[in-house]
Amino acid sequence: MTSVLAPLPVLLPLLGAAAALLLAHHPRAQRTLSLVVLTAVVAVSVVLLFTADAEGATAVSVGGWPVPLGIVLVVDRLSALMLVVASTVALGVLLFAVGQGAADRDEDTPLSIFHPTFLVLVAGVSNAFLAGDLFNLYVGFEILLMASYVLLTLGGTAPRIRGGITYVIVSLTSSLLFLAAIGLVYAATGTVNMADLAVELGELPEGTQVLLQSMLLIAFGIKAAVFPLSAWLPDSYPTAPAPVTAVFAGLLTKVGVYAIIRTQTLLFPGGALDDLLMWAALATMVIGILGAVAQTDLRRLLSFTLVSHIGYMVFGIALGTAAGLAGAIFYVAHHIAIQTTLFLVAGLVERQGGTTSIDRLGGLARRSPLLAVLFFVPAMNLAGIPPLSGFIGKLGLLQAGVAEGSALAYTLVAGGVVTSLLTLVAIARVWTRAFWRPPTQAPIEDTAAAAAADAGPSGGGTGPGSADGAGELTARQVAWRRHTRVATAADPDIAPAAGAVRALRPLPRTMVAATAALVTVTVALTGVAGFLYGLSDRAAQDLVERTPYVESVFDAPTAEEAE
Amino acid sequence: MTPTVVLPVIIGGLYAAGVYLLLDRSLTRVLLGFLLLGNATNLLLLSAGGAAGLAPILGVSDPEDMNDPLPQALILTAIVITFGISAFVLAMIHRSWRLVRQEVVGTDEEDRRVAARKGTDADELDPDDLVPADRPAGHADGLRGADPDDVPADDIDLPAGTR
Repeated sequence: MTSVLAPLPVLLPLLGAAAALLLAHHPRAQRTLSLVVLTAVVAVSVVLLFTADAEGATAVSVGGWPVPLGIVLVVDRLSALMLVVASTVALGVLLFAVGQGAADRDEDTPLSIFHPTFLVLVAGVSNAFLAGDLFNLYVGFEILLMASYVLLTLGGTAPRIRGGITYVIVSLTSSLLFLAAIGLVYAATGTVNMADLAVELGELPEGTQVLLQSMLLIAFGIKAAVFPLSAWLPDSYPTAPAPVTAVFAGLLTKVGVYAIIRTQTLLFPGGALDDLLMWAALATMVIGILGAVAQTDLRRLLSFTLVSHIGYMVFGIALGTAAGLAGAIFYVAHHIAIQTTLFLVAGLVERQGGTTSIDRLGGLARRSPLLAVLFFVPAMNLAGIPPLSGFIGKLGLLQAGVAEGSALAYTLVAGGVVTSLLTLVAIARVWTRAFWRPPTQAPIEDTAAAAAADAGPSGGGTGPGSADGAGELTARQVAWRRHTRVATAADPDIAPAAGAVRALRPLPRTMVAATAALVTVTVALTGVAGFLYGLSDRAAQDLVERTPYVESVFDAPTAEEAE
Repeated sequence: MTPTVVLPVIIGGLYAAGVYLLLDRSLTRVLLGFLLLGNATNLLLLSAGGAAGLAPILGVSDPEDMNDPLPQALILTAIVITFGISAFVLAMIHRSWRLVRQEVVGTDEEDRRVAARKGTDADELDPDDLVPADRPAGHADGLRGADPDDVPADDIDLPAGTR
């Protein structure tokens, strides 16, 4: 049955994207279509996961070519688990986007383009998870990157183009490096099939192996945003629309992490670069979170925590033991859900407060208790407060580090604890300022005024009440006040005129429901943590043994045999 | 069938020129650099297939003399991908030009703002140490008409409106 189901997570979204493009002028049909397609992908992935868990890895030769030559899709526990988590999160984000599109008909997010591109993105992610050869992995990356370029620059406003340019150039460089590495791998071994490579690469001279491994690691490290290759991420992610940032934060970097796991376990099990990876993990964790503490914008802050927590996964991979890998896999699953949810909540905060700058927000806890709960639960989960899944994942990783026992591993364990604490600090800052601060320091009600303020001094004079008193202020003062503003009644420059304070817009129900559903998923991860950790353990065992994967590929029935 | 030295030399030259152009701030040069790098990588894939041979078509040439067809298939895929991305980057350059009359890699203003802060976090800055024009709105001196000496220094976020 797997042979029929395995290509579906790639095929369904691709066909769905084509159909969605045809339905561009029928928004309702388009919405329904993409929701149905993604639901189907989730269902297929769940079936694949349970089959893979019960029967072990299975490989499918697409097109019926004999194994080392043709394209192989491999479903093992790791890839099936990644598929399930990724498609579930993507479905939640799509629901959120539908709610947002229905709520404001925003021309910043042209939905007729959004749906097909989003489906293509999901197809690319699935293809990368299922790919059984390096070149197909490259194609998967390119599909998802191409879609992400479009999504990141949706609407083509100036900040998005600026952030998009950085993102596109960095991604291009990493893709070219990946392609060059594939060329060199092929020159050295004569194959790009990963199962074949698992055998062939081991016979190469050690220097060649290290060269190929480091080229692949750098290429994937850029995509996974491992320090020092992470600087592009906090620059480009926050400019995109909320659902796009959310799905990027959840999925794209994790595809890079997945690729690193595969390279490190299947292709280069010798652990030649493990120490280097350890240091990279430490730097990613600590520097990332220090960046987060320095930020005052919620989305940028979350982008930095995203970078920082990639370090935990790299730590688990660098340990190279089954326990470390199990921790890393569990952490990837947990982090996909949690980071996506937090970015969606940031989108809701922006709608409610008119800004994501925590200097300007205030009093959200009283004004919107539901939003406060939706933020608080995943935020505590991110910081790793027991008994939530973040705590379990971190505990597993720290235990694996202690079990390893080397001085470097202990350093990493200490770094992990410090990072966890600093995450709590960063999150607590958001909580005290945006949510707990007295609501008399009302956040800006009028998003148009906030937008005008964001446009800088040149946009001055368009805010409410700016006509009076503006004459005695220099342009610089106006700019500064708009920059740091907390609108108060005593500040006639920027406070809305008395009586002009409008009631908060109620948040669109679909958006809240989608976010609440994802928050529930993150909490549910804690509920099924036992099962999930067991699954991660078995997946890690497969990875360390390597034989299940390799054997499944060479046993894959070709089309003629299947008939 | 001996390996050729021409390909590696061309590949090296293309990589050098491509990286040089990629490091430029002008987007058009970046795009040209990307195209050169893409071609260099395609040639690298081609040379990964080994020495030159005959067309890999059964019945036309002897399988012994055939070239390895797989890298060529990979190159075709890579060319298509490069083509698509180049078109997208061109569109982005055009859009950037339309919007800001510039086609250079922009600066991250938020990043620059965070970097420009001197040592202390904004939370810990004492607004009383700043020149009045730099004090945040809502600071005590935002109270118009009040005697500045009567207003106690506050560096916490006291709501000015409730006094």
